Amino acid sequence: MSETVESVSALIIQKLLANPKVPRDIDGNCKIMEDLAFDSLAVMNFVMEVEDSLDVSVPLDKLADIRTINDLAACIVDLKNKG
Amino acid sequence: MTSLFSKFEGLAGALGSVVAAGGRNPFAVVIEKPVSSTVGIIEGRETLLFGTNNYLGLSQSERAIKAAQAAAETCGVGTTGSRIANGTQSLHRHLERKIADFFKRRDAMVFSTGYQANLGMISALAGKDDYLILDADSHASIYDGSRLSAAQVIRFRHNSPDDLYKRLKRLDAPNSAKLIVVEGIYSMTGNVAPMAEFAAVKRETGAYLMVDEAHSFGVLGEHGRGAAEAEGVEADVDFIVGTFSKSLGTVGGYCVSDHPELELVRLNCRPYMFTASLPPEVIAATGAALEDMIAQPELRRQLMDNAAQLHAGFTKLGLNASKRVSPVIAVTLETVEQAIPMWNRLLELGVYVNLSLPPATPDSRPLLRCSVMATHTAAQIDQALAIFGQAAVECGVPLQPEAA
Repeated sequence: MSETVESVSALIIQKLLANPKVPRDIDGNCKIMEDLAFDSLAVMNFVMEVEDSLDVSVPLDKLADIRTINDLAACIVDLKNKG
Repeated sequence: MTSLFSKFEGLAGALGSVVAAGGRNPFAVVIEKPVSSTVGIIEGRETLLFGTNNYLGLSQSERAIKAAQAAAETCGVGTTGSRIANGTQSLHRHLERKIADFFKRRDAMVFSTGYQANLGMISALAGKDDYLILDADSHASIYDGSRLSAAQVIRFRHNSPDDLYKRLKRLDAPNSAKLIVVEGIYSMTGNVAPMAEFAAVKRETGAYLMVDEAHSFGVLGEHGRGAAEAEGVEADVDFIVGTFSKSLGTVGGYCVSDHPELELVRLNCRPYMFTASLPPEVIAATGAALEDMIAQPELRRQLMDNAAQLHAGFTKLGLNASKRVSPVIAVTLETVEQAIPMWNRLLELGVYVNLSLPPATPDSRPLLRCSVMATHTAAQIDQALAIFGQAAVECGVPLQPEAA
């Protein structure tokens, strides 16, 4: 298991595209709240889904620093490496 | 220069459309005069109150009113200080003893509000090397307490002991203390926590367990001690927090525990230390309301009967009510476009309920949140149901009565 920011980012995008309300042209630089129109609760619930796919827990305080899909991917890779 | 208020533009737009869709601001309702625990004057009309959390009707308790009057006359109307300075009178200690005895616990702390009880206990207990494990649908006071703490915060899926277990196991942090926080009854939906299963997870993982019984105190359990009493697992609960502002009809919060360290929490708890204590009349009224609650267990039975009547009525009408019968019954609508006119029509026809809009609702759908009282009469509940039926038809809300 050696996830990279690119592979985690791709998985996040794949999960996001499963939601028909999400714009089709998203990439890793998209801002999760602004570009995807997610409210704070939707972000937390989405992160929960990603956590289960990758068997990792992202503490809520880390979310404060995350704006883009790539930020989230980098945070998850960092948490996985520490584990 | 950037305006300090530019961040409110989205909110202003959202509020504007809510007001435009219904003709009034649902978050600025004024109860001009309470007539009784179940009826208030709103917009000049007598209105049935089905959204006040006043489960046992004790806001109008004669015993509590008299106790408040007597306390104000003998002790004055305020303490003018913090609990750890000049703000503790013998009344405060006496109420703490009464609350602790009621819960059969070693000690109790009384806070100025229920919000501060959660904010204070969670932030004081969970330090930077600890983990807080919160139910995803936790009340804002629990989330805010977790932000005020320096702990790592993990959410688990609402009311899922399996998901809680999985996330605790995933942590791999043997040297960190873990505090699980759940609620007895969830305030928006009326969902009841599976306490026995949560207690089993707590025992197996060695975590601590805190239960917020704000909406279940006085409501669940043979003696009204809440969801943990109802499922026979009080011994597994390290901390019970709650509020006086629902079943007891006053204001204030509490935490009870058998841990002797509660005495030290008093000196490490900012929302307890840096605010004025409750005034004597509120403390006295709260103690009297607790006596009322203990002396009248029939109130709890009447409350559950009333909840069952309202719930069955919603189901018969074909509205989508919470699955489980509890004194909080949320009617879920599919769209905000249905919910706003319906809420307004209910108020015009004489029923006040709470309008809850996403994202303050768990699944992005709007709720018409009702809270039932022991003091509602069967006729008042029938009248409210008839008004719900009429408003739903007039507002084009689809009804799907269950096949008989």
